[in-house]
Amino acid sequence: MREHRKKTKQRLGIRLWLSGGWLLVLIAIALLAPWISPKNPLEQDLFAARLPPFWMAGAEPGFWLGTDSLGRDVLSRILEGSRIALLVAFIAGTATCLIGATLGMIAGFYRGWADRIISRFVDIWMAFPPVLFAILLVAVIGTGLTSIIIAIVVIDWTRFCRVVRAEAMTQGQMDYVASAQVAGQKRFGIMIAEILPNVIPTIVALLTLEMGIAIIVETILSFVNLSISSDAPTWGGMIAEGRTSIYQAWWVLIFPLIVLFLTVLSFSQFGEGLKDRYDPVLR
Amino acid sequence: MMKPFLSIKNLTVSLKSSKEPLLRSVSLDLAAGNVLGLVGESGAGKSMIGKAILGILPQAVEITAGEIWLNDQELLRKPAKERRKFIGASTALIPQDPLTALNPSRRIGPQITERLVDILDWKKDAALARALELLNEVQIPDPERVMHSYPHEISGGMRQRILIASAFAANPKLIIADEPTTALDVTVQKQILHLIADLQARHQTSLLFVTHDLGVVSKVCQHLSVLYAGKVIEASEIRDFFKNPKHPYSRALLAATPKYNDPASSLTPVPEEVIAEVEAEIFAPRTECSHVN
Repeated sequence: MREHRKKTKQRLGIRLWLSGGWLLVLIAIALLAPWISPKNPLEQDLFAARLPPFWMAGAEPGFWLGTDSLGRDVLSRILEGSRIALLVAFIAGTATCLIGATLGMIAGFYRGWADRIISRFVDIWMAFPPVLFAILLVAVIGTGLTSIIIAIVVIDWTRFCRVVRAEAMTQGQMDYVASAQVAGQKRFGIMIAEILPNVIPTIVALLTLEMGIAIIVETILSFVNLSISSDAPTWGGMIAEGRTSIYQAWWVLIFPLIVLFLTVLSFSQFGEGLKDRYDPVLR
Repeated sequence: MMKPFLSIKNLTVSLKSSKEPLLRSVSLDLAAGNVLGLVGESGAGKSMIGKAILGILPQAVEITAGEIWLNDQELLRKPAKERRKFIGASTALIPQDPLTALNPSRRIGPQITERLVDILDWKKDAALARALELLNEVQIPDPERVMHSYPHEISGGMRQRILIASAFAANPKLIIADEPTTALDVTVQKQILHLIADLQARHQTSLLFVTHDLGVVSKVCQHLSVLYAGKVIEASEIRDFFKNPKHPYSRALLAATPKYNDPASSLTPVPEEVIAEVEAEIFAPRTECSHVN
């Protein structure tokens, strides 16, 4: 029995290590990008356009992952792009989480009119096509990092709200809440001290998932040319550009795509891993 | 009979939406230091009475009439804040399901001591000592370790013991036990019953014991109220009830107790369906007498 338990713990450990390791490397890259990039990510060189990655014929030394159609170094752009990706992930993810989880807690625990208002609002909100919504929003408030982050928050807070509301509702019906109430705890105190610790694992898992999704939303917006200005390299922007020359230079699209995929996957796996590791109920 | 410690007068609780009453003019008295059993089938409103006293009714229902007197103070007319404080200081709840009655993400110790410290202004050391003393009293081995454990690390019977200890911790005058043995298996049930009865007698606490198990009632309670469809249809002393049940429903209830020496005996079915709204006598359409006619 004990041995079995040890085993599962170890497996969880590997998942946590792999995803956490990748995210740590990414954070280091983002912090150090200007110093470790082999080339200037913005420098164009039309004579060196569409150079293939290093192992293929025709590759030039120094351009490890090749160049795009304007001759910019793909590797440097990926490294530089991690800054905006992580910035979007952390800021948009956290803001989404705070807004959605707070409203969800209030709706799920207090119920009554607060729940009715919030839930109807979420229903109406979710009836809009999200990408169209974001496009409209960015069109109104203009492009740029801030508007991308606002767009992501505006699209995604409902997800948090729904899940956290359901979880808070379930917890609110447990007998321990009734006991706390009988003892004379205030409603707000019960929400913070009794309900919140039980909802935190879900919130954490959702939060990291949301960080991955924020990166994907940024990519989607890049596809419709509504991302951050074209100077600052973003993964989404690179993928969108790479699409136009996929037959001549697949590497422009594929490498940022792989990095994006691994990052989004790591975020979600990291959250699930944390939840499994630290949720006392599952442990 | 002594002056009642808990006295409910004509309590009516209704659904907010349809105004349909769930408790119909319920009255009951519980003397200080006594045990009152509250029996009835599922949905009769047993738990609802406990919840009404403790002020934890679900949001969908409301008290539409009646009085609840606790220690010569009327609860329902008190301002909400004062009522909560008064209830918190003088009552406690032993809940039905020990699996959900302890917060799964917090250690046991603080869950017992916190309310003593935060709400009743005990000193931290005193609360800790009290918790250990009570865990000893409910026969929990190695209480120090248990205090540092999470609820999922402990068996159901142990958790119910902890909840009992927790209920008695603040020396409440009234404890409401809401089917405290239903979720446990039979062998553990018996120990828990003994424990509750023992602690009740030692601390001279008034106990409102909600259950659907007449066998349990006969062991623990001095008085008994039978609830049917939100109405008290019989209130008597325990011995009288078993010897001479007055209401036909009580008789049917007693007849429904399985007999060990005659396993083949079939249950006495209660005829007809429940008719929700009968002003005069709500059980009337289901009695044997009505069928003779």
